[in-house]
Amino acid sequence: MIDKSLNWLDDRLGVAKGGRTFLDKIFPDHWSFMLGEIALYSFVVLLGTGVFLTLYFVPSAHEVVYHGSYVPLRGQKVSEAYGSTVGLSFDVRSGLLMRQAHHWAADIFLGSIAVHMARVFFTGAFRKPREFNWIVGVLMLILGIVNGFLGYSLPDDLVSGTGIRIAYSIMESIPVVGSYIAFFLFGGNYPGSGIIIPRFFVLHVLIVPAILVGLLAAHLGLLVKQKHTQFPGKGKTEENVVGSPMFPTFIAKTTGFLFVSAGVIFLLGGFAQINPIWQFGQYEPYQISYAVQPDWYMGWLDGAARIMPAWEWVGWGHTIPLEVFLPAVVFPGLIFTILLAWPFIEQAKTKDLRYHNLLDRPRDRPKRTAAGAAMLTLLFGVFFASSTDVMANFFQLPLMDVLWFFRFFVPLAPFVAYYLTFKICNEMREADGIGTRKRALIVERTTEGEYLTTESPVRPGDEHLELDPVPVPTFIDTTDPELATAAGVRRVIR
Amino acid sequence: MSDKTPGDGGPPATLDDPHLRPAAKNPKRMELLAALAMVVGLAGFAAFIVVYWINASNYWEAAMLGVGMLGLGVGVIAWGKYLMPQGPFVEERHDFHSTDDERKAFNAAITGRGGLEVKRRGLLLGIFAVTGGIMTLALLVPGVRSLGPKPAKSEDTEGNTEFSLYTTNWKKGAKLVTVGGRPVQVDDLEVGGVLTVFPQGYEGSSPDQVILIRLAQLGPNDPPYPIAPPGRTEWGVQGYVAYSKLCTHLGCPVGLYQEKTQQLVCPCHQSIFNVNAGAVPQFGPAPRPLPQLPITVDATGQMRANGSFDQAVGPGFWERP
Repeated sequence: MIDKSLNWLDDRLGVAKGGRTFLDKIFPDHWSFMLGEIALYSFVVLLGTGVFLTLYFVPSAHEVVYHGSYVPLRGQKVSEAYGSTVGLSFDVRSGLLMRQAHHWAADIFLGSIAVHMARVFFTGAFRKPREFNWIVGVLMLILGIVNGFLGYSLPDDLVSGTGIRIAYSIMESIPVVGSYIAFFLFGGNYPGSGIIIPRFFVLHVLIVPAILVGLLAAHLGLLVKQKHTQFPGKGKTEENVVGSPMFPTFIAKTTGFLFVSAGVIFLLGGFAQINPIWQFGQYEPYQISYAVQPDWYMGWLDGAARIMPAWEWVGWGHTIPLEVFLPAVVFPGLIFTILLAWPFIEQAKTKDLRYHNLLDRPRDRPKRTAAGAAMLTLLFGVFFASSTDVMANFFQLPLMDVLWFFRFFVPLAPFVAYYLTFKICNEMREADGIGTRKRALIVERTTEGEYLTTESPVRPGDEHLELDPVPVPTFIDTTDPELATAAGVRRVIR
Repeated sequence: MSDKTPGDGGPPATLDDPHLRPAAKNPKRMELLAALAMVVGLAGFAAFIVVYWINASNYWEAAMLGVGMLGLGVGVIAWGKYLMPQGPFVEERHDFHSTDDERKAFNAAITGRGGLEVKRRGLLLGIFAVTGGIMTLALLVPGVRSLGPKPAKSEDTEGNTEFSLYTTNWKKGAKLVTVGGRPVQVDDLEVGGVLTVFPQGYEGSSPDQVILIRLAQLGPNDPPYPIAPPGRTEWGVQGYVAYSKLCTHLGCPVGLYQEKTQQLVCPCHQSIFNVNAGAVPQFGPAPRPLPQLPITVDATGQMRANGSFDQAVGPGFWERP
């Protein structure tokens, strides 16, 4: 039966040869290689829940009177975008679950991308031949942030509306073309002609996701073509890959992981309230609430805008709002440029043009690790600076002191982080046997008064029996009934 | 490398090969656990349908969906991780790059064959490139220009201000009204009170929003306005002042008024403006004072604008002088 249909397919598409190679494809095993999978699977959840949401969301700024089941809002004028979002939360069954799962999936998507990227960076997985895939990954990060912001803006609630207002002002700050960009996109002076929500909608559900899917296909295609990197270990070389075969082991593990990721997202979506827009209320351009915070992945930009001194440049009949343009346009532009260019920056520095399929331990590349630590310190610094007001309240400090702290911390701390990381890496490299459990030295004094030292035996748990890696068997002889039923042996039929 | 488990062509692998054993120490038990997890998952999904059917809360739906997916996922992972052949298996990598001859041929196809065409038909290529460029431009014209209006220097001939960053709907004599359209009388606010007001007919408009503050109790015969910055002593009236509510930093409504310190605070990025001194920024990233709206009171006690803003409101932009 299976034979027959495979032959049928092979007659038409010639799948046997390539298909077998694909099924034999080896995936190395390491927990950190799952981080990218989390991103992939939260993207799957995003697509699924997102399609559900599009069936009920009305992308329109048109004003209607709310008649839904949320009592405090009844009889009030709301935009169709806001009203339909409240509606799909309360009047569409499972709607709130889907909406909150969608929001959580977005936060987890970007979080796992960030952590996955840190893994790739600190282990040097971006080196030749994988520069392309690093770039594709950074582009996906950028588009993910953009799409997160667009989606967050759609419900037209008070918090997201404030975000759109800020986005408008950031566009305005770009020298020469800024006000044109803002006017073209919004259809006029803020809030524009009511066109922004439909435009954000089409970007959010069609254009950006389509590009993301394309990049994702490229990301995975490159991974398959170039094969995964692996950590050094027994039998692992630059010229091979050691791990589990695509079929059936990797498929089983990764499919299970899809379900686990989705399960966690749905649990969060049900039990951890996120973005309760009915509490924020409809956006009105003259209203605002206290402690307005964007989603976490926008926090670093918000923080940068907060700590920037008020350095507006005025002259020759023109204004450059540097206090906006530098932190909100130049700063992220610079960060993403450094990220995109990093493989080439490092290559230019090390002059290393060899292929690298074995990963580095971060401590073995102290300069790269220190640079990464400095970058993370900078980003965490501006991220925390986005909650200066909340911190001032929480620690009972004057707001001004908190702000001044961050004005110094953000530019200075990365240098400290670089220096400390560099030192720590070097010390770790010099320390012997780091990462393995210490074994006691047994000192014996013989009757002659001679001292002998011997190392104690390895603890049972520390010893792993590692087999030599072998190619995946194509044919397995499953005829021996005696062996097949022996303890610890299962019949494997392929 | 063991000769027991060859790839193509060799003798079949036998089941006594340790690579084919499961990683689990006790596979029977692990199989049971995996089965149990998947059955829990099955129960979760079934229960999800039931709780949906009886229209239970989102919590129940999430819980059952979560249990279903976690159960199924854990079961499948356990199957893959502990029960399938433990390996490790190996695959050789192959160089990505082609042989030198293949590179040369590829190079020749492009530069040789293509270069020949360039040499022979340079004119055509030039025209093609220019036309393609112009085509791109032609497509971009509607693609970009249709998006929205150009920012204008001032209001248009019909008095619309929405296409200009410089103008608002505040005119001399415009009534100050609340967002609900109620005209504001001079005794409407307590001392220390604030109110968001709009020019009549433009309630709720973003660029027109103004924050009206009553700083002091001053009668009609008292000196007009003791605390304004020099040159603007006539801009307030009877202890009232009015400022644009758009933050000069990023355009958020400057909504928090601290009466004790007489400061306006922007909740977005914590810029603080001193209301006593022409709303100059005291702290934070805002670069400019909030523009002040001159106001007055007519004979009936109705508050009115006594002119418009003397500058563009809101955040900075390139064309702002």
